Amino acid sequence: MRRAVIAFTAFLGGLVFLLAGPANAGPVDCEQGLRGTLRLQGQPVNGVKIAVTTEGGQPVQEVTTNAQGAWDVEVEQPGKYKVTLDVGTLPQNAEIRGGNNTRTPTVYEGNCSAVLFALQPKGAPGQPQQQDTGGESSFWTRAAQLTFEGFNLGLIIALAALGLSLIYGTTGLTNFAHGELVTLGAILAYGFNVGLGLHLIPAAILAVLVAGALGYGQDRFFWGQLRRRGTGIIAMMIISIGVALFLRYVMLIFFGGENEAFAQYTAQPGVEVGPITAAPKNFVAMGIELAVLVIVGFALLRTRTGKAARAVADNPALAASSGINVDRVIRIIWTLGGAIAALAGVMLGLSQSLKYTMGQEILLLIFAGVTLGGLGTAFGALVGSLVVGLFIQVSTLWVPPELKSVGALVVLIIVLLVRPQGILGRRERIG
Amino acid sequence: MDWITIISTTLKAAINVETVLYALAAIGINIHFGYTGLLNFGQAAFMGVAGYGLAVTVTVLGLPFWVGIFVGLAAAVLLALLMGIPTLQLRADYLAIVTIAAAEIIRLIFRSVAFKDVFGGSDGRRGFSEGFHALSPFPEGEYGFNLGPIPIFFPHWQLWVMVVGWALIALCCGIVYLLMKSPWGRVLKAIREDEDAVRSLGKSVFSYKMQSLVLGGVIGCLGGFIYGLAAGSVQPDVFGTETTFYLYTMVILGGAARVLGPVVGAMVFWVLLVLIYNTLAEAVGSGYITFLTVYQVGAVRWILVGLGLILLLIFRPQGIFGDKREIAIDAR
Repeated sequence: MRRAVIAFTAFLGGLVFLLAGPANAGPVDCEQGLRGTLRLQGQPVNGVKIAVTTEGGQPVQEVTTNAQGAWDVEVEQPGKYKVTLDVGTLPQNAEIRGGNNTRTPTVYEGNCSAVLFALQPKGAPGQPQQQDTGGESSFWTRAAQLTFEGFNLGLIIALAALGLSLIYGTTGLTNFAHGELVTLGAILAYGFNVGLGLHLIPAAILAVLVAGALGYGQDRFFWGQLRRRGTGIIAMMIISIGVALFLRYVMLIFFGGENEAFAQYTAQPGVEVGPITAAPKNFVAMGIELAVLVIVGFALLRTRTGKAARAVADNPALAASSGINVDRVIRIIWTLGGAIAALAGVMLGLSQSLKYTMGQEILLLIFAGVTLGGLGTAFGALVGSLVVGLFIQVSTLWVPPELKSVGALVVLIIVLLVRPQGILGRRERIG
Repeated sequence: MDWITIISTTLKAAINVETVLYALAAIGINIHFGYTGLLNFGQAAFMGVAGYGLAVTVTVLGLPFWVGIFVGLAAAVLLALLMGIPTLQLRADYLAIVTIAAAEIIRLIFRSVAFKDVFGGSDGRRGFSEGFHALSPFPEGEYGFNLGPIPIFFPHWQLWVMVVGWALIALCCGIVYLLMKSPWGRVLKAIREDEDAVRSLGKSVFSYKMQSLVLGGVIGCLGGFIYGLAAGSVQPDVFGTETTFYLYTMVILGGAARVLGPVVGAMVFWVLLVLIYNTLAEAVGSGYITFLTVYQVGAVRWILVGLGLILLLIFRPQGIFGDKREIAIDAR
């Protein structure tokens, strides 16, 4: 009997773990209590004091956030608690969004409640704070800032989307594992950067090269073989889901479930350009992204291989019969797609933080960009991604930031209703 | 190594509430994907609206349990209509992307702070299952038997959920069996094989697909109810995209377009998962495996799921029971 109870408890524990899933796989040691993570612009904030008291004001515990910005407090009794963040211990350049530094969460029996303190950079000294003025000029300042951030995000999505779209165009594969290729790039760069101690720039270059090689290998030893077997494209699509799950959890094992940051360029002070405040790394990243996109676009339009790639995307049989080595073109596309997806991952890791689900989280946005521009058209993917990025960021002028992706996904569905072929797509592609 | 515990939990996994709820949702997927050839990747959303429909009706509005079930069912039908209108005319891969997008929209709304008063944010809702457990005929206690040295016992509340769940599975399988033998079912299969041919016979393909989507969605939403009632709570992240992917793994494992395929698939899936997890966790715990931590064992399991899905589709796309000619895995 006793054994049965133990077994059952173990099983229930396993189930809780299962059902809770990887999405909120937080610190496993928190059994009943409160926890949270403090981040400023995606970077962890440590050394912040957080005091937990009962509803009546009895002190429970005082903690400081660790290097990952995380904190947790175990409590004996379920019920309402009061969590106070000591504003004095925040970094100089940070403040709490909304200004309120107390939260009153409820702890349920055997549960760990997350307490959210959203941090934002403080307005530069002597300048009016954005929330306070609320006037027209501040609206346009914010709009300009968000447009800039939208371009930043849009370019990252565009890098990933270009690869996805080219692969789709040449092989017909809707690759659900493309998000994992993005994560892979970021994690490889992190490995070279933090693990081997290389500076981020050579680490990133190395990561992009390795990811390109892996992209080549993936087609050479996996997708190419499947094509030769005559696997249907729906089967391949479901296989790509399996590949995504496989890669995601392999990376979880090697990388762990925590948020990490690169060793360099993490906390750069912002510079002001006109109405926009941004870290210099963002300008450099956008420059690199633009340059890569232009080079790839130029290569598609002007080089022999690029023309061959477009021919294969148009009609593989005809391309093959006019002497194009279709397999070779597809292999080049996979190599390129893997490499630029990895670059997108590095850039994403630079502007946010690194996590094993980072690619999965933007996969739908990549799909949205690709679909919006027209599946299988390289330049459509570019335009679509920029629209998605801009839309997501600028929409936060009106919608809460946590729902910003919802807007983009709704737009995706509406576009499919009125113009299913996308912005630059052709009518017959949707079938 | 505590083999008794491992075998006991593994055997229980074959009929436990997880198996029940995933089997129900997988039967829904089987109607969509197996019989009609619709790649609905938003099944988790159907489970979600059902679970939340029940939870919000009971906890926020304070209405009785039966009203909650009705609201959940209505929400699932409404979701099927809303999702179907823009997507059912699209090709398979577009349909997949859009249904995923719709499911993510719903999950993000459930977990948003803006709607925390209604849906409870990322903590979800709890405390709505009393009405259901009040109907239970089982007095408090543990129920089960000893299979030789192996104890197989369930507490009364869990047994009640399981009994109701398996009754629902039997009912749904019966419905699917009868429907797919009927002329209506033959039209669905014909749509899977060749949409244009069906259209040329004067059938409204869109209407049939919509009926299939609604039926599968409603059956999937039963899985959402079972989840809510078994866990005593609903949380938004349970209804993520990965849940849908696991459902597809089960359907393909058991055999798509077979009445019992998803049920067998769910049972095998959970038995393997629990067996692998417990064995590895025990082996790590007692020091036989040193290159993994207990935390990583959870990940190893999902790696194997991914690998299993890949190998299944390459080497045996028809799964355990299926017929290769009946699987909608080629482009149309």
